[in-house]
Amino acid sequence: MDYEVVIGLEVHAELATRSKIYCSCTTEFGGEPNTHCCPICTGMPGVLPVLNKKVVEYAVKAGLATNCNIASFSKQDRKNYFYPDLPKAFQTSQYDLPLCFGGAIEIDVNGVKKSIGLTRIHIEEDAGKLIHDAWADGTLVDYNRCGVPLIEIVSEPDLRSADEVKAYFEKLKSILEYIEVSDCKMQEGSLRADVNLSVRKRGQREFGTRTEMKNLNSIKAIVRAVEAETKRQIEELEYGGTIIQETRRWDDNKGESYAMRSKEEAHDYRYFPEPDLLPIVVGEEWLSQIKAEIPELPDQRKSRYVEKFELPEYDAAVLTSSKIIADYFEAAAAVNSNVKAISNWIMGDLMRAINEKEIEFSNIPVAPEDLAGLIGLIDKGTITGKAAKKVFDIMFETGKKPMDVVKEEGLEAVNDEAAILLAVKEAISNNPKSVEDYKAGKKQAIGFLVGQIMKATKGKAQPQTVNELLVKELEK
Amino acid sequence: MEICKLTACQTAEMIRKRELGVEEVTKAYLDRVEKLDTSLDSFVTVCNEEAMDSARRVQKRIDSGEAVSKAAGLPIALKDNICTMGVKTTCASRMLGDFNPPYDATVSKKLKAADTVLLGKLNMDEFAMGGSTESSYFKITKNPWDLERVPGGSSGGSAAAVAADFTTFALGSDTGGSIRQPSSFCGVVGLKPTYGAVSRYGLVAFASSLDQIGPITKDVADCALAMNLITGHDCMDSTSADIKYPDYLEFLKNDIKGMKIGIPKEYLGQGLNSEVKEAILNSLKQLEGMGAVCEEVSLPLTEYAIPAYYLISSAEASSNLARYDGVKYGYRAEKYTDLLDMYKQTRDEGFGDEVKRRIILGTYALSSGYYDAYYKKALQVRTLIQNDFNKVFKDYDLIVGPTAPTTAYKIGEKSKDPIQMYLGDIFTVSANIAGLPGISLPCAKDSKNLPIGIQFIGKAFDEGSLIRAAYTFEQNTKLDMEPAGLSTLI
Amino acid sequence: MEITIETIEHVASLARLSLKEDEKIRLTSDLKNIISYVEKLNELDTSNIKPMEHVIPMKNVLREDIVNASYDRNEILKNAHESGEGGFKVPKVVE
Ligand SMILES: [Mg+2]
Ligand SMILES: [Zn+2]
Repeated sequence: MDYEVVIGLEVHAELATRSKIYCSCTTEFGGEPNTHCCPICTGMPGVLPVLNKKVVEYAVKAGLATNCNIASFSKQDRKNYFYPDLPKAFQTSQYDLPLCFGGAIEIDVNGVKKSIGLTRIHIEEDAGKLIHDAWADGTLVDYNRCGVPLIEIVSEPDLRSADEVKAYFEKLKSILEYIEVSDCKMQEGSLRADVNLSVRKRGQREFGTRTEMKNLNSIKAIVRAVEAETKRQIEELEYGGTIIQETRRWDDNKGESYAMRSKEEAHDYRYFPEPDLLPIVVGEEWLSQIKAEIPELPDQRKSRYVEKFELPEYDAAVLTSSKIIADYFEAAAAVNSNVKAISNWIMGDLMRAINEKEIEFSNIPVAPEDLAGLIGLIDKGTITGKAAKKVFDIMFETGKKPMDVVKEEGLEAVNDEAAILLAVKEAISNNPKSVEDYKAGKKQAIGFLVGQIMKATKGKAQPQTVNELLVKELEK
Repeated sequence: MEICKLTACQTAEMIRKRELGVEEVTKAYLDRVEKLDTSLDSFVTVCNEEAMDSARRVQKRIDSGEAVSKAAGLPIALKDNICTMGVKTTCASRMLGDFNPPYDATVSKKLKAADTVLLGKLNMDEFAMGGSTESSYFKITKNPWDLERVPGGSSGGSAAAVAADFTTFALGSDTGGSIRQPSSFCGVVGLKPTYGAVSRYGLVAFASSLDQIGPITKDVADCALAMNLITGHDCMDSTSADIKYPDYLEFLKNDIKGMKIGIPKEYLGQGLNSEVKEAILNSLKQLEGMGAVCEEVSLPLTEYAIPAYYLISSAEASSNLARYDGVKYGYRAEKYTDLLDMYKQTRDEGFGDEVKRRIILGTYALSSGYYDAYYKKALQVRTLIQNDFNKVFKDYDLIVGPTAPTTAYKIGEKSKDPIQMYLGDIFTVSANIAGLPGISLPCAKDSKNLPIGIQFIGKAFDEGSLIRAAYTFEQNTKLDMEPAGLSTLI
Repeated sequence: MEITIETIEHVASLARLSLKEDEKIRLTSDLKNIISYVEKLNELDTSNIKPMEHVIPMKNVLREDIVNASYDRNEILKNAHESGEGGFKVPKVVE
């Protein structure tokens, strides 16, 4: 049987404000338990909330960047439920009048473009953290994260595959990074997703029963969870079972999900307007102020790269997928006009080194000007492309300037024809079999000889000169 | 001269003129509390040492010639739902029996900054839910006029303590009449300010959209003095009004000539005790004699205010009181099997009957499928009630009527029937629903020698007119306000 | 909808109250009485009336994004029934 999967995402992003949403405690990540707390964020009797202005501005920014409508009148509501990480026993959130609604973002999966609808973006507060390994007989509650501002971005059920989910999530992450409203550090929980997923027979109009998977905090986990849950639901239906509407927890180590016990009870959140907080009215003037702060977004930047730098679509898409990468590229492009080479280096050696060393792009030891400088050295013929790879590795290791590395390592290109000719002659006399092959018409045998010459010159010989001299010698 | 019989204004002036020492005054009040409160049970906590310490500090400041407020040196007491740093704040509940706030309510801070001396914390209905102070977990406060009767509530401890001269003045809180009704029952002056005029920061929330802190005082001049100390914009309370607050002492003018006063016919209708009605009608004649223009008006939705009030206040309370779960502070049950059971046992044992009744009502009114029928409906009625008042206030400066339908009743008389108890709020809840200020002051005594209160309701933020009318009425009405029940103890 | 003892049990469970049998019975009749009393509001036509969420017409009460020192942890924990290791202690939570 052919099934179609239907997915909607609820993405929670912690906002990059300095202070919490309703009190002036720091939002800094970590800290000893309960040291970023006050009576307000720990819900002590009689305390009252006052809304952080930046929270509204950041949420509106996110709304504008995702083509949402901005509500002219918005209010906050209480979502009531008991859990030890929620000190007031209600989460202040937004119910029927969210700050932003009706947006859309465009995704591209293997060249196929698709628009994914955004139902809404609302503001709310984060909960605390439960630490289970502090005691054998109890759980430790840490309220440091309590009251850190969040936006919840709810998509329409428009996603149809794990690839689309990945593309959507990455695009959303990239937009949030571009507008700098969230640091999007997934390993710190700044960005996390709940996945609502159901399957239906292809052609069927109604949605199937959906499950919700909570708190997925890496892109890999999201993709794996989507794939596993799709498979689980299809198998369940194929074997005559039914899907139960439930909240499931994804265990990324085991690669499977299970129904959450603590959420078994049917929820009745008893939302009602928060009497301690007043309406949010974003008027024309305030809105245009916020609009003015929105920078160039990924799609716009991508078009610019294609037009201005004449880069291929693919390069432009990869470079602009993250603001840090794009900024890096532009900083390099500012000092070296060989943009295609810069693009190749970023997408190639730079990305590879980052992945190997498992470092954040923001912590790259090679300054963009230095990468540009390295490419300049190749272009001028100061070093060979081969030597450049070695120079780059050392730069990445040490953070040194390219020319310094070249000098220290003695990697200047050899363009002295006499020296190269010597190496060419040596290669010819040492490899008669290859010479024979070449003369017999196997032109590719020349590659081996070039390799031998480069080896002998420690990669410093100008490849063009090597080629010219070698052919000349062979044709003699 | 008996120190404790002086009003707050008189005491403060004598302290400023060095005719009285702060320690001397504080000691006099503490002695009186120690001697008599065993029979009255108005205090939950008495701060003997702390009070004497701060009295000494304030006296030093006065002696050194530092600028001090007009209330410097006044011993005061607070309802036990107003947070005081380092002094237990219990809300008269087992749930918060040992709660020691690490912060001050804004009013506590302001009173400290004004160099007043905190004598202690006053009894109340548990979490301010009730009209008789009988639902306190700790003790039942008695009415100083008759020790077998309730002092009213929920600020019963505050009203009884002021009537008994245990403090120069007290603060209470009023969600549906909890300042005005006990003031009426105890023969003192109580004012519920406009919603937003006094910061609620640090007032343990009962119903956030209705709660207001206000003064309970020996007379109207003291009320004006206390209002000067507690009103004002507070950036810790989003619902605090950022306006210019007047000097309320300037409204102490014996003159209401030409003032237009409306008497809602619904406030003199059924359910009103005949002696109270007679007293109010008499007072209206007196007001006319003082030059006011009194005319009958109509607030047709009066009888709908109570059901709307109980739905709104209980719904908000069910959410406000959800935080008492045994985790961060307060009571935790001794025996439980797991987390869920810990919550349930803790809340069952920690809350009293009336509180549980309102949590059940409020949770029900907000629950899935009932929100529109009950909670939203009540909010819509709230709009209608406010419209009613707006109409009347187009033509009138003030509204006048009884504070409560009866005088103080016997302990145990009404605590069994919740609806009977709720009906006692009929004349007071509307002002909370519409956010308006209201003042109660004694206007007469009934045949049992119990005080009867008259209530003025004013326009939003027009406490000035309330004070002026109440002051004029007080100055022209001679009443012997010596609480009879208390004199039997002395 | 009729209010039964099951209604009370459901609402009590939402409100995390473990009621004793006699409490349930009493609260069932109390809630019945109170609800039939508050249904008086249905006499009023409110079909086009805006619900009043705030009694004062204020909006946009906001604070600047400024960090102030948090509280000393001991002050935050001092009222807890059970605490240790810098945190509040609750019975083992199973997720
Ligand atoms: Mg949410
Ligand atoms: Zn805080």
